[in-house]
Amino acid sequence: MEAKEIFKKLQDQFGEAVQELNDEVMQPYIKIAPDKTNEIAQFLRDEEDLQFDYLMCLSGLDLGENLGVVYHLYSMKLKHKIVLKTEVSKEKPDVHTVANIWRTADWHEREAYDLLGINFVNHPDLRRILLPDDWEGHPLRKDYKPQKSWHGIPVTLDSEEEENDAVEQ
Amino acid sequence: MTQWNNNFPDSRFELEVPDPLKTDEYVLNMGPQHPSTHGVLRVVLKTDGEIVESATPYIGYLHRTFEKHAEHMTWPQVVPYVDRMDYLASMNNALGYALAVEKLAGIEVNERAQYLRVIVAELNRIASHLVFFGTFGLDLGAFTPFLYGFREREMILDLFEEISGGRLLYNYIWIGGVAWDAPDGWLEKVIKFCDYFEPKIKEYNDLLTFNKIFIDRTAGIGVIPEDLAINYGLSGPTLRGSGVNFDLRKNDPYGIYDRFNFNVCVGDGTRGVVGDSWNRYWVRILEMVESTKIVRQAVEQIPDGDAKETVPKNVRVPAGEIYFRTETPRGELGYYIVSDGGKNPVRVKVRAPAFSNLSVLPAVAPGTMVADLVAILGSLDIVLGEIDR
Amino acid sequence: MSELQALRDNILFTTLDDLLSWARSGSPWAITFGLACCAIEMMATGASRFDLDRHGMFFRPSPRQSDVMIVSGTVTIKMAPLLRRLYEQMPEPKYVISMGSCANSGGPYWQYGYHVLKGVDKIVPVDVYVPGCPPRPEALIHGIMELKEKIKKERILSKIG
Repeated sequence: MEAKEIFKKLQDQFGEAVQELNDEVMQPYIKIAPDKTNEIAQFLRDEEDLQFDYLMCLSGLDLGENLGVVYHLYSMKLKHKIVLKTEVSKEKPDVHTVANIWRTADWHEREAYDLLGINFVNHPDLRRILLPDDWEGHPLRKDYKPQKSWHGIPVTLDSEEEENDAVEQ
Repeated sequence: MTQWNNNFPDSRFELEVPDPLKTDEYVLNMGPQHPSTHGVLRVVLKTDGEIVESATPYIGYLHRTFEKHAEHMTWPQVVPYVDRMDYLASMNNALGYALAVEKLAGIEVNERAQYLRVIVAELNRIASHLVFFGTFGLDLGAFTPFLYGFREREMILDLFEEISGGRLLYNYIWIGGVAWDAPDGWLEKVIKFCDYFEPKIKEYNDLLTFNKIFIDRTAGIGVIPEDLAINYGLSGPTLRGSGVNFDLRKNDPYGIYDRFNFNVCVGDGTRGVVGDSWNRYWVRILEMVESTKIVRQAVEQIPDGDAKETVPKNVRVPAGEIYFRTETPRGELGYYIVSDGGKNPVRVKVRAPAFSNLSVLPAVAPGTMVADLVAILGSLDIVLGEIDR
Repeated sequence: MSELQALRDNILFTTLDDLLSWARSGSPWAITFGLACCAIEMMATGASRFDLDRHGMFFRPSPRQSDVMIVSGTVTIKMAPLLRRLYEQMPEPKYVISMGSCANSGGPYWQYGYHVLKGVDKIVPVDVYVPGCPPRPEALIHGIMELKEKIKKERILSKIG
């Protein structure tokens, strides 16, 4: 099924929540509202002529002022693909989870939370996955500055130089 | 109050046991530095005696911040970092990245370079599966397969060393081509290796595959049904072991893979049941044969000509984004690349196959024995460098 | 035959210190500490072609039974406390071989690696550094031989007394 038809089908079902279609790029994408991701995902997976049963990738993005989440879907049965995108502000980065639809999303969402600080509403187990639990900040944000040390272990090189300078003085 | 019924004449052995017998679950910490976890993975097990009730993987002990690095590097500078993600299959990783960038930028690659890429990628697949063969044996207490697997792997590494200069990390596949052409006589050596290697598969089968103890340890252990496998986003041999006929080289062909004739190997339940550890192992053994087939065809078809990359080292990629996936030895490796037309990528998100493959562990572990968990973990063939990136 | 007889009756003079150090240098047992890419080269060193056993070196799964820790690969911040703990669990005398650029200095991740320790010598003392990314098995074997030289020159008894 082509992106245009999928977009039409989604718009008929969800109206406003399905915001726009961009099919002029290499891989056409549909923009959706962050608080309707769960329902739309359910529909995409269960509808007879869509059957997107395979979530290839879930990526978080820092878009400057906003944070974005991109879903790449594939259907094992019908062999078609679609890309979904959603955007949230950095002040209130709430996106509804799809972990109950595709279990792959569980860890991918945890990763996006860990590295970008996107809050996935209703996620069963939203903890940091790669970094230690008490890490400060979200590294993949463009304005991230690493902390100087973690439990006495130097993280950045300059923190150690400063320490050496302090000892020398 | 019941008395423990025993046959010891000595009254000292008559224990008083409260009724009902109260047992408690036991929390067992496996890793992060454990010989059978394939790297620095930590799994916290809750066990009831010998039975696993739940297994929770903790990852991130090898988080080397690849995605942050990619944002600071120029397009070709990312290639060495890509190599270091899945260090057992560097060629495949670099191939995926190069193809993704080339597609985004619309770069054409020389025919000869494309064939060389396929040859090295498939040889790397064999090398990676040989490491799996060896370490899976080690996990289950068989030391000999390790020595056999590494014996043949060293020969592939010799070939790689000749063509790229590196033993493990190659930086051979570049955006727009390969670093340099194969030296004289290299292709003949590849064929010679194939001739040598193909009979060895039988040796592996005699040694491990159809070994009674090995079958007892793996057949029927850790069964992943088809729908669970797809829902968890498994890919590669782990998915095919569950009986799903899906290989990106066939189903979503990239590069020049549509020119070769090979079979997609699927777990068929020769021993055990489809979707168990033995079938995942079996798929990999069969895949090694298919890879030698592809290598032979590629060497046969390879044209003469230039193989060096055609693009400048400071290549710029037009604004846009792409999700590109390739089949590595572990499964679907996807690159989601965003470009704004500048020197550096804006974002390179990696969809690591082993990341999704490992996430299925909490779903299959409950109800198995602790020793079986090692078999399941081994059969998933994870590489932590890729999971944590 | 008579020469052999004569050889058999020979007496060697040495100090107990020398004898101890020489004996200890013969078989340093290593704790398996594979972290990243270098671990694969470490495995290759132990496998068929390079065969570490002929150097008297065996991999032990427990720190309590090992003399050497080969830190092979990138040490991350999350892994650092665990590495330190395993080092402390090893009995004295103990040695550390830092294998590969990442363990030496952070390697290719030194600049932007917010989660990478910039050299394992920040948390444990290192005896031998093996450069390379990753080092070839020959390089690791060379590092092990250097460590043996170091052990041979040690004077344990004089240190105590």
